[in-house]
Amino acid sequence: MTSANPRPTPAPRPVAPRPTPPSGAPVRVTGAQSLVRSLEAVGCDVVFGIPGGAIMPAYDALLDSRTLRHVLVRHEQGAGHAATGYAQATGRVGVCVATSGPGATNLVTPLADAYMDSVPMVAITGQVSQSLIGTDGFQEADICGITLPVTKHNFLVTDPADIPRTIAEAFHLAATGRPGPVLVDIPKDVQQAVTAFSWPPEMRLPGYRPTTRPHGKQVREAARLVATASRPVLYVGGGVLKADAAPELRELAELTGIPVVTTLMARGAFPDSHRQHLGMPGMHGTVAAVAAMQRSDLLITLGARFDDRVTGKLSSFAPDATVVHADIDPAEISKNRRADVPIVGDCKEVIAELTAAVRAELEQTGAPDLTEWWAQLDHWRETFPLGYDWPADGSLSPQYVIERIGALVGPDAVYATGVGQHQMWAAQFVRYENPRSFINSGGLGTMGFAVPGAMGARVGRPDLPVWAIDGDGCFQMTNQELATCAIENIPIKVAVINNGNLGMVRQWQTLFYDQRYSHTDLGTHRHRIPDFVLLAEALGCVGLRAESRDEVDEVVRKAMEINDRPVVIDFVVGKDAQVWPMVAAGAGNDEIMAARGIRPLFDEDA
Amino acid sequence: MSRHTLSVLVENKPGVLARVAGLFSRRGFNIESLAVGPTEHPEVSRMTIVVSVDELPLEQVTKQLNKLVNVIKIVELERPASVQRELLLVKVRADATVRSQVLETVQLFRAKVVDVSPEAVTVEATGTQDKLDALLRMLEPYGIREMVQSGMVAIGRGARSITATAVR
Repeated sequence: MTSANPRPTPAPRPVAPRPTPPSGAPVRVTGAQSLVRSLEAVGCDVVFGIPGGAIMPAYDALLDSRTLRHVLVRHEQGAGHAATGYAQATGRVGVCVATSGPGATNLVTPLADAYMDSVPMVAITGQVSQSLIGTDGFQEADICGITLPVTKHNFLVTDPADIPRTIAEAFHLAATGRPGPVLVDIPKDVQQAVTAFSWPPEMRLPGYRPTTRPHGKQVREAARLVATASRPVLYVGGGVLKADAAPELRELAELTGIPVVTTLMARGAFPDSHRQHLGMPGMHGTVAAVAAMQRSDLLITLGARFDDRVTGKLSSFAPDATVVHADIDPAEISKNRRADVPIVGDCKEVIAELTAAVRAELEQTGAPDLTEWWAQLDHWRETFPLGYDWPADGSLSPQYVIERIGALVGPDAVYATGVGQHQMWAAQFVRYENPRSFINSGGLGTMGFAVPGAMGARVGRPDLPVWAIDGDGCFQMTNQELATCAIENIPIKVAVINNGNLGMVRQWQTLFYDQRYSHTDLGTHRHRIPDFVLLAEALGCVGLRAESRDEVDEVVRKAMEINDRPVVIDFVVGKDAQVWPMVAAGAGNDEIMAARGIRPLFDEDA
Repeated sequence: MSRHTLSVLVENKPGVLARVAGLFSRRGFNIESLAVGPTEHPEVSRMTIVVSVDELPLEQVTKQLNKLVNVIKIVELERPASVQRELLLVKVRADATVRSQVLETVQLFRAKVVDVSPEAVTVEATGTQDKLDALLRMLEPYGIREMVQSGMVAIGRGARSITATAVR
């Protein structure tokens, strides 16, 4: 070979992988170099990570890569959530890297988070050398054992020759079927050993065969039900976004005229401006969405999983509905609610085939008359729209802040949230028109997701404004990544909805614990500790603050104009605002309260 | 609840047993017995898992097991259509005064003595759980010093093979 490592010049995305030798002509490299080359070859362009002892050989090799961008985070949890933000915003596999022991265990929360929300992620961890495994060596943790319940799969690489195949398998597992996180643990001696690299490797996954094509008979059966139902609802979950099936969904919805509800994980899968959209179902869903499901005679469930936050008390959920349930994961079907027509397959293919089958069915039977159903739905929608009252104490309304951010920034942006009241308000009061524009921690409910999640989203979508809508509790868990954003030129905006409290817990204390506010006051208001504006400045960001209604638009506009640095806005809001509507935990969805004490469905029946 | 016998073909790799066992405890399913060993294909191991669950949870167990990447195939072996066996080793107090009676019981059950000492004999028996329970009941009056029992292994009756179609 004349030039052992011919390298292309640095190129923007899409990545031009470093030329690899033709298959069958392996080159001699270290395990660490093999890892980096494998990542390049598999199409990875960004990794989020932080080095440490057991991953140093890999980091040494990373320094030579011309195509892999490494974002140096401040905490491994930040790396993990950034990988999720990146994956959720782009649809590509997010990658994070950490060292052994505490580095790896700090990834456990983001892995669990990604597992619950079916996020394609690959985590690469260093491990102590094989001679030390099992001896309680320094920074040793059995990360494969620890992450067994929270990963789709994990690997401990014991032979450097297996690195290319393992990386190929990890990315394949993460991205296909029901996506999920995959961890690859590589002992230090395996990274240091000399081995052969060739690409592409042959994958060996005899037990992994996800079903993507739906069963024709099931689809026809579903189509027959769709054509004859009188109160149908399209119950849309995150699987529709994962499958990039928003266009197919819209076609099906418009063909049939059936109302659509989008779960927390599916916000953006169907335009909020669309007349057929009833909003979000569930504990804090719209009255129309919750009521539609409760009174439905047919739930066409697409990539959703009947989570308890959607169903409320399962036994009284949608009592009259026949259930069509399409999901790529067979284990989701009939897990919580028995499916009358189960369909295993990728949502894109399922919806396309279902649309074709429904079209054929409608040609024979004619379109079903949904006039009466829509009259009922419109009644609910008009009588119980989403809304909020201004706080009686004259403080700023958090809902107003979030509504204004959505209105000023618009739908061509990515919104990432933490977990709690602000998350629900962001799901309710920002209007989402595009897939992958709302990113949050749904299943695990991980406080602190917003800042690193937004960071990852912005790295994946540098063309879009990325707003983190965060709470003051969440923000204090992971704001160190703003230093990363400032140094790595990742100019996200962070709107801290600062009510000085752990707001959602406080809301429950108000409603269910006799207003005994046990340890939910963070003191952020009383002491202004921390001062988020000063904190932002200290972290290399622009810090802004709004405390009254007339300041809101002005600071949002100001933030929108700053693109060379991250911006943090401290929105000082009232602490007594509550998230409505609400179905109390453990209650049936019929008991949904549009506001405190107002039970539209319950009263209607009485 | 009813007992179900699952035959699970898995990749013969480290950690697979932990993945399977962990799945059961994590999802709240009870394993009654679990036996694992090699098959005619060196890269494939076979687990026989006995679970006590209702029909619907059983479907969940199977589906969740199927999601494990190292699990290649799962077959439920129904009782009449399969041969199910467990292995028992039991050390029975048997001095000269009762030894012949113990040996008679052993013969009745077509079990065999694999070790003998002046005070005790060790008996090896295979069979279904019912048979082994019956044997233990008969031996109990003599005094059981210690015993150990394997998990159940099972195989379908007839010429069909579950590995043939699953392993290429």
